[in-house]
Amino acid sequence: MALDHRKSIFNFVGTRPDRPDGLDKVTGRARFGADAYAPGMLHGAILRSPHAHARIVRIDTSKAEALKDVKAIVTRADFAVLPFKPGLEGEFWNVLENVMAGEKALYDGHAIAAVAATSALAARDALKLIEVEYEVLPHVTDVDNAMAADAPVIREGAADYSVPEGMHPNVVRYHESGHGDVEAGFAEADLVIEDSFVTEATHQGYIEPHACLASLGMDGKGELWCTTQGHWYAQKYCATLLGIETAQLRVTASEIGGGFGGKTTVFIEPVALALSRKANRPVKLVMNRSEVFRSTGPTSSASMDIKIGMKKDGTITAAQGIFRLQGGAFPGAPGDLTAMCAFAPYDLTNVRQVGYDVIANRPKQAAYRAPGAPMGAFAVESVLDELCNQLGLDPVDVRLKNAAAEGSKASYGPTYERIGLVETLEAAKAHPHYSAPLKPGQGRGISCGFWFNHGGETSVSLALSEDGSAQVMVGTPDIGGSRASMALMAAEVLGIPYENIRVTVADTASLGYNDVSHGSRVTYASGLATIKAANHAVEKLCERAAAKWGIPVDAVKWEDGCAVPSGPNAGDFDPLPLADITADMGATGGPISGHFEATPEGAGVSFGTHIVDAEVDSETGKTSIVRYTVIQDAGKAIHPTYVEGQYQGGAAQGIGWALNEEYIYGEDGRLQNSIFLDYRIPVASDLPMIDTVIVEVPNPGHPFGVRGVGETGIVPPLAAIANAVSNAAGVRMKQLPMSPPRILAALKEK
Amino acid sequence: MIQVHLWSSLRSLTGGQQVVEVEAATTGELLKELVRHHPRLQAPIDAGVSVAVDGRIIATGLSEPIPEGAEVYLMQRLRGG
Repeated sequence: MALDHRKSIFNFVGTRPDRPDGLDKVTGRARFGADAYAPGMLHGAILRSPHAHARIVRIDTSKAEALKDVKAIVTRADFAVLPFKPGLEGEFWNVLENVMAGEKALYDGHAIAAVAATSALAARDALKLIEVEYEVLPHVTDVDNAMAADAPVIREGAADYSVPEGMHPNVVRYHESGHGDVEAGFAEADLVIEDSFVTEATHQGYIEPHACLASLGMDGKGELWCTTQGHWYAQKYCATLLGIETAQLRVTASEIGGGFGGKTTVFIEPVALALSRKANRPVKLVMNRSEVFRSTGPTSSASMDIKIGMKKDGTITAAQGIFRLQGGAFPGAPGDLTAMCAFAPYDLTNVRQVGYDVIANRPKQAAYRAPGAPMGAFAVESVLDELCNQLGLDPVDVRLKNAAAEGSKASYGPTYERIGLVETLEAAKAHPHYSAPLKPGQGRGISCGFWFNHGGETSVSLALSEDGSAQVMVGTPDIGGSRASMALMAAEVLGIPYENIRVTVADTASLGYNDVSHGSRVTYASGLATIKAANHAVEKLCERAAAKWGIPVDAVKWEDGCAVPSGPNAGDFDPLPLADITADMGATGGPISGHFEATPEGAGVSFGTHIVDAEVDSETGKTSIVRYTVIQDAGKAIHPTYVEGQYQGGAAQGIGWALNEEYIYGEDGRLQNSIFLDYRIPVASDLPMIDTVIVEVPNPGHPFGVRGVGETGIVPPLAAIANAVSNAAGVRMKQLPMSPPRILAALKEK
Repeated sequence: MIQVHLWSSLRSLTGGQQVVEVEAATTGELLKELVRHHPRLQAPIDAGVSVAVDGRIIATGLSEPIPEGAEVYLMQRLRGG
């Protein structure tokens, strides 16, 4: 897409106005997924497998159906008789199989049947009366064990074209990329370090559980209210799984209480719709926290082998990474992305990366901010840190020496356009944090991180009101402050105050298709579309002014919210404010709106550098993060407070992932820590004030220079914290989370 | 003629070549021509690919122009959170 200009002087962009959703959220007026009600509404509940891997021999629902309060029960058999589109396959089949088990339960928590009853209590009681006969099968939950020759096969034929012959059937996708000659590069090195690393699966930890209200009539027309990062995605998948026409299902996204990638797919929504269709009444389904942990998508766990060669002056001569990612019982673990991102910050002559997607008896993984990238960064940046330690080199200087810049060949292939990694490293070097003294027992770690960012299908409409205010309709759920950012960008183009613009997340019946709010795409893509839609409206405003003045439209320009004559023959007219044009727009040609629909393809990649100070208690193994600084390239920060919030949020989630969070499975293959008491996310007292530095290296693919900032912030923390802890403890930490028992064990083996 | 760089594991589908040449003016034409010359590339293309043209990653668009002499990489489709 050709971009007409790139603006660099702003009136509204870069300011910090109040957030438009703030009052609703602090007063309880905001309506989240579970805050919807309908006349005659039933309550749903889902029966879940207690086994990690089992054949479903028989399901008897007769006793539950006999209860007077039970109005509908669905199992996979109910889905199977629906008029599916022929050839339901690929990810549609995977999602159907995940939302309701077919022949086998594939993980602890897999949905087996669902009930709709007149109360939530009655629905839960009815679940107890459903009899399921299982034939328990051998299971595997660990990624390395799942690849072993004697591992139970979870699903025959799940591997795609990419998997070389001879691999275990649980390896379902394979990626290999790179360039140069790594063996020759290792031979040139003064020091080569090779090591292995492990990260456990973690959950996105959004505070709001999945919740929806579904209504689907016998006529095939439906309404769905749900908490989601992508209601067009929910519409497409629910309609396909239920065999109805997409346009007949209207989906409205609720206010969202966190997503972080975990709400980019559907879990309960098709089930609620199936129950509603069977009961012919609206059905509300709300997960409890245990269901969220057991049955939605955590991130992948990973096992990784890294080998890096370096000269005494810090030049990296070769790098190689093998990344094995476990993504639950379905294909999709982002081993390819881990591989492509791991070495992306560095300008390497010789690099090779291999990624495996491995299935195991765990819930289907879902995206989690920069899926796959944090694990790879942890492994690679740990080895880099060790090389710096052993060669006596400064870790920032070494990264600067090898940093990718415009014109560098990326480890995943292409040549970089303008990027901002060097600027983040220079900012790190100059930051007071980097030179601050450390106390005994403390260590400092740094890490770089990379993420691709994304564009995606996007539609925006903008309508002007008679009083000169504007409403903007976007289709990307606001997961990170996008309504404020859109309003600022519209204000910038229209030249009217931020407060005069209201941004609404439209439902699927009110706007064209929109890709999910993922890939750090919203401020980039919906922002670009908002700018274009506002420009479209400005063109019409100029036309109205030209008609009023009786001059050609190309003799009118838009300046500071007014049409003004432009050029030597335009004539002498007073500036015509927007509100004066819209006041009589009904009589001068009709309503004035602007629209834009496209798939922007210039998202621009993003880099960050983090500095962490950690203190390790050698008696208890407890780690305290005592200082944290995030430095990241935002391209252009539209609303800096939200950008800083994204940086701080990424660091906070990374602290949890690095120090405490993990899915713990027993030998029986069941999840042992499915509540927040046992799965420990950071609380305020675990976190220092997280300092932020916004670097702005404009993205050439956006009119205002925006790069997405939502995901890059979680790529460096695991590595930066591991490096800080390793330097504090005096022993290299190779497994996450670095919980107190693991640190004590490492100290003991030192 | 456009030189298209493939990721390493696609070599098994192109007779060992990691760089192949096709005539194409747009990303859509590029993908069609790749399959015409190397039919086994249909599977990875169906699974989802991106095309990087002079460093700009095009995730889905089939009408993006490819200038003569452009650097072109075929990449696996990106997914985000």
